[in-house]
Amino acid sequence: MGAIRELDVREVTAAVQELCITANYDLPVDVYEALKKAQGEEESPVGAEVLGQLIENADIAARDRVPICQDTGLAVFFVDLGQDVHLVGGDFAAAVNEGVRQGYLDGYLRKSAAEEPAHARRNTKDNTPAIVHTSIVPGDKVQITMMAKGGGAENMSSLNMLKPSQGWAGMSQAVVDTVSRAGSNPCPPVVIGVGIGGTIDMVTVLAKKALLREIGSVHPDPRIAEMEAELLARINALGIGPQGLGGRTTALAVFIEEMPCHIASMPMAVNVQCHAQRHTSVTL
Amino acid sequence: MAAKKITTPLTDEVVKSLRAGDAVEITGVIYQARDAAHKRLVALIEAGEALPFELQGAVVYYMGPSPAKPGNPIGSAGPTTSGRMDAYAPLLMKHGLKGMIGKGLRTAEVKQAMVDETAVYFAATGGAGALLAQRITGNEVIAWPELGAEAVARLDVVDFPAIVVNDCHGGDLYEEGRAKYAREA
Repeated sequence: MGAIRELDVREVTAAVQELCITANYDLPVDVYEALKKAQGEEESPVGAEVLGQLIENADIAARDRVPICQDTGLAVFFVDLGQDVHLVGGDFAAAVNEGVRQGYLDGYLRKSAAEEPAHARRNTKDNTPAIVHTSIVPGDKVQITMMAKGGGAENMSSLNMLKPSQGWAGMSQAVVDTVSRAGSNPCPPVVIGVGIGGTIDMVTVLAKKALLREIGSVHPDPRIAEMEAELLARINALGIGPQGLGGRTTALAVFIEEMPCHIASMPMAVNVQCHAQRHTSVTL
Repeated sequence: MAAKKITTPLTDEVVKSLRAGDAVEITGVIYQARDAAHKRLVALIEAGEALPFELQGAVVYYMGPSPAKPGNPIGSAGPTTSGRMDAYAPLLMKHGLKGMIGKGLRTAEVKQAMVDETAVYFAATGGAGALLAQRITGNEVIAWPELGAEAVARLDVVDFPAIVVNDCHGGDLYEEGRAKYAREA
């Protein structure tokens, strides 16, 4: 066992503040390159024009230090907490939320969290609470990944409790149907995260985690890599295109994560992500 | 693509000249309003009360900006999903609304209202909020500031880029564009 390392939660707050701002101003390089590649290949003149706007938009956001999109998202975090880390100086969850509060204020980011969703829908005015998924892992480091998740694409996501007899055919059809139904709403070209297996809670986390993969990366399991390629081809055959105005670029990537499930179940979740796939990480 | 330059308020003549697939550049005043503002606008109409802006010929922009940095009129300002305003749009068109800017699918009822009332639906590029903000030169909140990003604001725009999705003749670019590029997988 390694020695216990102390980490002050004030460092977490400072890191989160910065992650919120950089995630919203700087489009990840892989997404930017994928948009450029798509622009060169898009057959639809309107689609190519839209892709050009998105590239220019990313350039403006990075240069002028302004948000890529006005919907700067709910702040979603994946935290890998090393088991040899001792967090000191305060409450970890409060420290993350304080970082979100500061980041969304200092970065001129939109506050898009509504409390009492069924009735009052009051804006919490500081974009808290954050959505935090924590895993305890070996080591003495803390890795924090921030994802700015906009509402328009999240709304088009789906949870499908399928029958095992439906197999891959039923599952892949449900993914394509989700994207088809969404049409222009989630700001295509989209990135699709697919979770397979687990339970209703875990399958949606898998789908969201899948979105963190680098565009252009190939899944290490060739069987899953083939499933991803098949889904991407079927989605891009739908004709929805950039912004749904018609074209060949409906999705930039499809990423699948799977895990075992109950013998009676076949859970499948589709997390739809807009082209502004904003996420960034830091290791403390 | 050569864009048609149009100015607001929109006349029936201009609306009738627009076809699904046309690129336009809009100059003039447009009104920012999204979910909460629409609920209140419709409540005012139903109560027979005055609206915070002249609806005849107006163009609304379904948008809630990020906060403006010092020295800028507005923060990032791209469209939000229009479908959430579908419940309110036909009544507004009945009372003179001529144009809507947003992104995403509209219901059959909203599309029929555009034909009946001679109105048009434009898509602006979702997620291009930094770029679109550069075409907005003025921004004044004119109603319900307590709604924050959901308040109604009067926006001055110059050559604001958009594409006609639904025209007043029944044209629908979302359907036509998709059909044109769909392939067998």
